[in-house]
Amino acid sequence: MSDPADLTIGAAGRALRSGDLSAAELTEAVLQRAAITESHLHAYLVLDQDGARAAAAAADAALARGEDRGPLHGIPVALKDNMVTRGLETTCSSQILAGYVPPYDATVVDRLRAAGAVITGKTNLDEFAMGSSTENSAYGPTRNPWDTDRVPGGSSGGAAAVVAAGSALAALGSDTGGSIRQPAALCGVVGVKPTYGLVSRYGLVAFASSLDQIGPITRNVADAADLLAVIAGYDPDDATSYRGDLPAMAGSLDAGPDGLRVGVVEELSGEGIDPEVLAGFRGAVEALAESGATIEELSLPAAGYGLSAYYLIAPAEASANLARFDGVRYGLRVDGATTEEMMARTRADGFGPEVQRRILLGTYALSAGYYDAFYGQAQKVRTLIADEFARAFERVDVLVSPTSPTTAFRLGDRTDDPLAMYLSDVCAVPANLAGIPAASVPVGLDERGLPIGFQVMAPALGEEVLFRAAAAVEALAGFRDRPALATSEVAA
Amino acid sequence: MTGWEAVIGLETHVELATRSKMFCRCPVSFGEDPNTVCCPTCLGLPGALPVPNETAIDYIIRIGLALDCTVEEHSLFHRKNYFYPDLPKNYQISQYDVPICVGGHLDIVMDGEHRRVGITRVHMEEDTGKSLHVGDSGRIHEAAGSLLDFNRSGVPLVEIVTEPDLRSPEEARTYARELQALILALGVSDARLEEGSMRFDANVSVRPAGSGDYGTRAEIKNMNSLRSLERAIAYEIDRQVKLVEGGGEVVQETRHWDEGDGRTHAMRSKEESEDYRYFQEPDLVPLHVDDAWRERVRASLPELPQARRARLEGLGIDAVAAATLVAGDGLAGMFEEAVAAGADPRAAANWLTGEVVAHLRRTDGDLAATGLEAGHLAELDAMVRDGKLSATAAKDVLAGVLAGEGSPAAVAEGRDLIQVTDTAALEAEVEAVLAANADAVSKIRDGDMKPVGFLVGQVMKATGGKADPRQVSELVRAKAAGG
Amino acid sequence: MPIDIDVAKVARLARLALDPEELERLQGQLGAILEHAARVQALPTEGVPPTSHPLPMVNAFRPDEVRPPLAREAVLSQAPDEAGGYFRVPPILEQG
Ligand SMILES: [Mg+2]
Ligand SMILES: [Zn+2]
Repeated sequence: MSDPADLTIGAAGRALRSGDLSAAELTEAVLQRAAITESHLHAYLVLDQDGARAAAAAADAALARGEDRGPLHGIPVALKDNMVTRGLETTCSSQILAGYVPPYDATVVDRLRAAGAVITGKTNLDEFAMGSSTENSAYGPTRNPWDTDRVPGGSSGGAAAVVAAGSALAALGSDTGGSIRQPAALCGVVGVKPTYGLVSRYGLVAFASSLDQIGPITRNVADAADLLAVIAGYDPDDATSYRGDLPAMAGSLDAGPDGLRVGVVEELSGEGIDPEVLAGFRGAVEALAESGATIEELSLPAAGYGLSAYYLIAPAEASANLARFDGVRYGLRVDGATTEEMMARTRADGFGPEVQRRILLGTYALSAGYYDAFYGQAQKVRTLIADEFARAFERVDVLVSPTSPTTAFRLGDRTDDPLAMYLSDVCAVPANLAGIPAASVPVGLDERGLPIGFQVMAPALGEEVLFRAAAAVEALAGFRDRPALATSEVAA
Repeated sequence: MTGWEAVIGLETHVELATRSKMFCRCPVSFGEDPNTVCCPTCLGLPGALPVPNETAIDYIIRIGLALDCTVEEHSLFHRKNYFYPDLPKNYQISQYDVPICVGGHLDIVMDGEHRRVGITRVHMEEDTGKSLHVGDSGRIHEAAGSLLDFNRSGVPLVEIVTEPDLRSPEEARTYARELQALILALGVSDARLEEGSMRFDANVSVRPAGSGDYGTRAEIKNMNSLRSLERAIAYEIDRQVKLVEGGGEVVQETRHWDEGDGRTHAMRSKEESEDYRYFQEPDLVPLHVDDAWRERVRASLPELPQARRARLEGLGIDAVAAATLVAGDGLAGMFEEAVAAGADPRAAANWLTGEVVAHLRRTDGDLAATGLEAGHLAELDAMVRDGKLSATAAKDVLAGVLAGEGSPAAVAEGRDLIQVTDTAALEAEVEAVLAANADAVSKIRDGDMKPVGFLVGQVMKATGGKADPRQVSELVRAKAAGG
Repeated sequence: MPIDIDVAKVARLARLALDPEELERLQGQLGAILEHAARVQALPTEGVPPTSHPLPMVNAFRPDEVRPPLAREAVLSQAPDEAGGYFRVPPILEQG
């Protein structure tokens, strides 16, 4: 059997139940992989070896008792470090939360533990999930397992990197404007942003409350469906969590592309997209057509304004969400003669440049005299975008586009040009604004051997058809490559 | 301040007496050790979220309905952004352009007149923590530092805003007392000013009497009793009038009432404090109060002070007495019981609003602590009507009852106040007085009735005031004329 | 063309103590970002309601029930400064 660290959740689960593999062995393999890859990647901020080993032992004991908690039982899963973990440092990659140890667990963490998952640790991110390269981390950037001179994408770059590299079988990321899908695309793994409200945000350190959603990052679509099924569901501690029946995530996984109505979003699939990425995307669309899917080119003009609206709405919400970091109750404090001075210094020293930019942007967009022209107008454009998607879904089952305009770029390439950095999310943000589910599936490599991501979007609560389409794309693309770092020859 | 008119509006914050806080499950409890009633949500910890308390919404609808407000079918929570260390998230979840209750009124009685005070809005928000300024000389900016306790953080807070309808400190105090009585009657808060579970801010401006437009207003804070509310407003009106008459200008500012020196002081204003950057709270979904919900709450309303006053007035007592009875703790209840037990409404009301209220004020005790029972008032009234007690004697008896000397009968006995109605005994007294005042008697015989009053007085004196004056004067006339 | 904003005032509102050079640098960056963001103003939106929430939901409440609060040790464990069970801060300039 190959290195257990490279197994999918499905395969590992079968091995655990057949007795060919124990959760302890699986966890050791993953920790060993991390021991090798972390020096290259810096994908983990906290690797909780003791916690993971204890959880693995408990999982084995439970299985031995005949207690099977389901697909995640005994599976090593990593958490993006903006989900709070009781007793385990949670910093959101920010100086302002250096050494912060939360007194409670996020709801998703409770659900993972209850499902028997083995939590390996906390992964690196752009500070407070603000960025698209994981370079905005106060604790240093994470590198891309496919090419360590390049970024893994962001903000869930650490989470995507550990799944690609084998230092976890799966991870939870958060997606406010592409932060799961874009790094998944750049790291050649599967990433899913669920319908807004499907997964509790309780314990997710808020970036933009009306856009944030936690979702799975995995090695294949089936794993993503299984992981999402475990973390999704109503939470009385989150007033925005969805109270209705959950979609059958894996219900139509094997239904295939035949008869699937696919809409290609022109505004997200042409101008500004790297030719190689476009070629990879078009190739996958062709394959769908050849296997019985009907393809329609659709124009969603308002979606073209998504990025502009996003960079008003998200910063506005962030400016309030991040106001609580003031040096009074927890985290960093920089002294001052008065409380006002202490707060202003603490925030100036504790927040990195990108976070400060967004706080200022959002404060401005909400301030007297500018609200209507900026935040107010963006909220209306958001309505136009949502309506446009709703109308499109009357004609097609899913909408598709490239996930990211480019493959992984070099560290430092965009750090001096915020706008260029923001543009890497141009295809991703409309789904957040509309609150609909979207997935990224790897469909191939560019000439440099870097993964290309294919984005599928479905109607709100349309996870079943989302996973069906994603699985079809995955099967047709037959993408099996692993990054050099993950192959045992290099690893050894 | 003749020639000037004051324009006053009040903003009242009321802490609701729910079991748990507004957005988290921490208990609402006072006097606990600092920071022992807190959780991730009311501490503003990273990742924590608010979930509204349904009972708090019921309570605010109660208040809105009691104030005759329109309960909006759709309303929203907003974030009010400002940095202050006792505000854990550095924004307060409140309501902005779409509050839950709008456009009501509260009727009050001023010097016997019914006055209507407009209510602009009633909205839901969350309370802040408490900051304690140490090394304190009273002046906050001289404090060596501040201590923060977040037990109060997140307690449900209802803000009730009036129109600028009040015209005098007394009227403001009357409104405040009436509102407090209403809140207590609704059972949604203990409405204690001293403990801060009911807090008033006053917007005060002055203008030439009869002028239609408004002067620049100052907002007065930190008044923790009805008395200080009245004093602070009176001081502020006086200050503004003197200022304007001296050629100065009132500046729009927040002023702090100092109970110690009896003045209001300009507070160092928050920088950019006007720009709260309100926006809809994305962690919460809109409120939708349908007819069924609203009517369910309406059906649960108790009788309100206003209605109760009207009912008491219906029993034949005046507005002032009714207002005093309803405002006082337990007075209206005892009044109704006494009347039910047969007491004359006017007599019972006079005793309760007169002797009883005076006694309570003097001893500043409460009604329950006195020896007085509703039955006593009926008994007292009966004794007066049967001529057993004179009106004056009845007041003495009541004083005895209040002092705990027992029932009216017992007190009347004990204080020896029962009127002499035994005719024989009385005739003897009358004859003795007539005998001692022959010339007065002869005047009467000659048709000059002036001395009658004098003779009656003599008899009353002789009987130690226990005789019935009417009976005495009849006997005097009869015997003097008879000869 | 880049939008000119009073960064110093916005920084005060946002409680960020930034020095003149930083304000200078941010001036340009924010101006450029806002210029791109301002494209939303090109779309006609008369009569379009704003969306604050992606899913149409109302009335998410909880019953009025209590849950034991955190132990004070947990409440204060992360405090930068505390005294006698309170969080402690430097003197507060502005009155609440
Ligand atoms: Mg208020
Ligand atoms: Zn709490």
